[in-house]
Amino acid sequence: MQDNLTYEGVFMTTDKDKVKRVKLKAASKLNQIMADYFYELDAAAKAKEPKIAWCTSVGPAEILRAMGFLVFFPENHGAMLGASRMATDLLPIADAQGYSPEICSYLRADIGAYLSKTTPIAKSYKGIEGVPRPDVLAFNTNQCRDVQDWFTWYAKKLDVPVIGIHTHRGVGKVTQNHIDSIATQLKDLIKPLEYISGNKFDLDKLKQVVALSKECSILWKKVLDTARNVPSPFTFFDGTIHMGPAVVLRGTQQANDFYQLLLNELEERVTNNIAAVPHEQHRIYWDGMPVWGRLRDHSELFSDLNANVLASTYCNSWIFSAFDPDDPFNSMARAYTELFIVRSDDFKETYIKEMLNAFKVDGIIYHDAKCCPNNSNASYGMPQRLERATGVPSITINADLNDLRLISDEQTKTNVEAFIEQLEENQS
Amino acid sequence: MMKLKSCYAGVDVGASRTKVAILDHSKNLIGHAVKKSGTDFTATADTCLAMALKMAGTPKSDIRNTISTGYGRKNVSFARDTKTEIGCHAKGCFLYFPFATTIIDIGGQDNKVIKLDASGKRTGFKMNRKCAAGTGAFLEEMALRLDVSLKEMDGLASQSENMIKLGSFCTVFSATEVLENIRRGKKLPDIVKGVYYSMIKRVLEMDALTEKVVMTGGVVAHNAFMVKMAEEMIGRKILVPEYPQLTGAIGAALYAMQP
Ligand code: SF4
Repeated sequence: MQDNLTYEGVFMTTDKDKVKRVKLKAASKLNQIMADYFYELDAAAKAKEPKIAWCTSVGPAEILRAMGFLVFFPENHGAMLGASRMATDLLPIADAQGYSPEICSYLRADIGAYLSKTTPIAKSYKGIEGVPRPDVLAFNTNQCRDVQDWFTWYAKKLDVPVIGIHTHRGVGKVTQNHIDSIATQLKDLIKPLEYISGNKFDLDKLKQVVALSKECSILWKKVLDTARNVPSPFTFFDGTIHMGPAVVLRGTQQANDFYQLLLNELEERVTNNIAAVPHEQHRIYWDGMPVWGRLRDHSELFSDLNANVLASTYCNSWIFSAFDPDDPFNSMARAYTELFIVRSDDFKETYIKEMLNAFKVDGIIYHDAKCCPNNSNASYGMPQRLERATGVPSITINADLNDLRLISDEQTKTNVEAFIEQLEENQS
Repeated sequence: MMKLKSCYAGVDVGASRTKVAILDHSKNLIGHAVKKSGTDFTATADTCLAMALKMAGTPKSDIRNTISTGYGRKNVSFARDTKTEIGCHAKGCFLYFPFATTIIDIGGQDNKVIKLDASGKRTGFKMNRKCAAGTGAFLEEMALRLDVSLKEMDGLASQSENMIKLGSFCTVFSATEVLENIRRGKKLPDIVKGVYYSMIKRVLEMDALTEKVVMTGGVVAHNAFMVKMAEEMIGRKILVPEYPQLTGAIGAALYAMQP
């Protein structure tokens, strides 16, 4: 029997009988709004209106939406390529174009897919033949420089304008200078976007979108925070699936309606003491990206050991607490700059410490993704420092978000089993 | 009436070798066996058990419980349960060295560094399996390149007077370097010692060591000179159990003994 699941906003067809995770009722609503999202984009691409913008996952989606663009997110496409396990065959195609096997495996899978004229979207949505052609490419180097290279490649290939924001990295305290520079860059996008879209910028419209985005952000945080309960009604793996709308539909009412629905269901689970992982014994924090092609395997690996991976740095990346509709440019600048991935190690450590406390975490898994040092925090001694400071033990899994050739399933399994065994023995 | 002996079996099905240890109820090692794991893990485990039982002089019915561990732990038909090799190595070591230690296990295809506190609790561990550098597989490859048997290597390394240094950890690159040294007419013992040095360095960089260090595993069992070199490198004595290769199997048998 076939079922649709969504990964970072993209659907995958899966064998339902193999799914062990306690399924959330909201998933069917998720399926529907995500399908609508892709069909709307496809229709726009075919009709050549409204205009389509490709955007990096963090932003500046709000501005693009306010200017009337429909927004497509190549990173989601990258995740979908990973989840469908198509990536592994497509990566070498991009490598042969001169991309190092050490750089972003979203970028390489996506470019490989473009060159091979294939996409999992077409496989999951009848009638859609390819990714929607962009009218503009807007990046934000918030997470890495790879996105700039990625978008620039498409700009040349498709002869489409590319615009972008260059963010600060390793930010400790967020200062007014940071805000000013990003806010200025955001404002500088308006003119070219007016020209490309043919629409006049409307500040009130932007305020509305930012208000919707803020609400989405608040609801998504509440959803994730339900995992503070013991037992937790939600898992990290659920999070990676259900964060779809927070990524691709942030700034729309549909996203907010969905999260309200999901939140209600999770709160109901809390009231009725329903655990996402039956017999939850160990509460685990996941740092780094998911291994998209192993999401289900990993989910089952942990749940079989009565361990719930229930909090993560990754799912929290779509919480933009600073959004303020009354001050959209400055607050967007602040929200984008306050994100975990942009910050210094000191900040990151304090952040994770607070998460460990709030979610009553017993152990941490660091996913050291070969192709994304930006989302990996195990390379500069952080696991050791945090362990010393908190006493919460950790292990590091060497893998990748998309490149399954870099993964040893047996190694992962033994590491995780030995880690949970260690937690168990030390608890007793 | 004859009193039934009770004993406990531990089976460690490694990627390279299968080890079985049988302990009596006082934790004495009364039987053991080691065999190449081959392709049929289940059959190899059965054979090893038969060998170990023969050595112990006990029938299979005396075994109260069996735990399996290692890469092929799920393939052992007669095991009641499985434990990870990390847990088993920790337990096996603590039996002989009951104090806080860092255990370095060099296996056929993976290395482990395990930290134990004074009560034997694991405080952390690291495994290295993504790359064969520093493992038994590395040594096997180098033996092949040098056209010497694995057995000869330890003796050769100990004769070295002027060790060569390999610049790379990578098995393939190291093999090229080894060939380059052969071509340059370097002495065999000096190259073998260089190979040992490269392995130890790779393992020592996996984690910081505590005061007491234990080394285990098949490579350690057959390459005593490597342990000596490691001692020189870290500047202190390294503890080695009597049967370093059986540590995981002994640990598994100890798990089997737990109620
Ligand atoms: S943050 Fe990592 S995964 Fe995301 S686009 Fe950049 S390199 Fe790729």
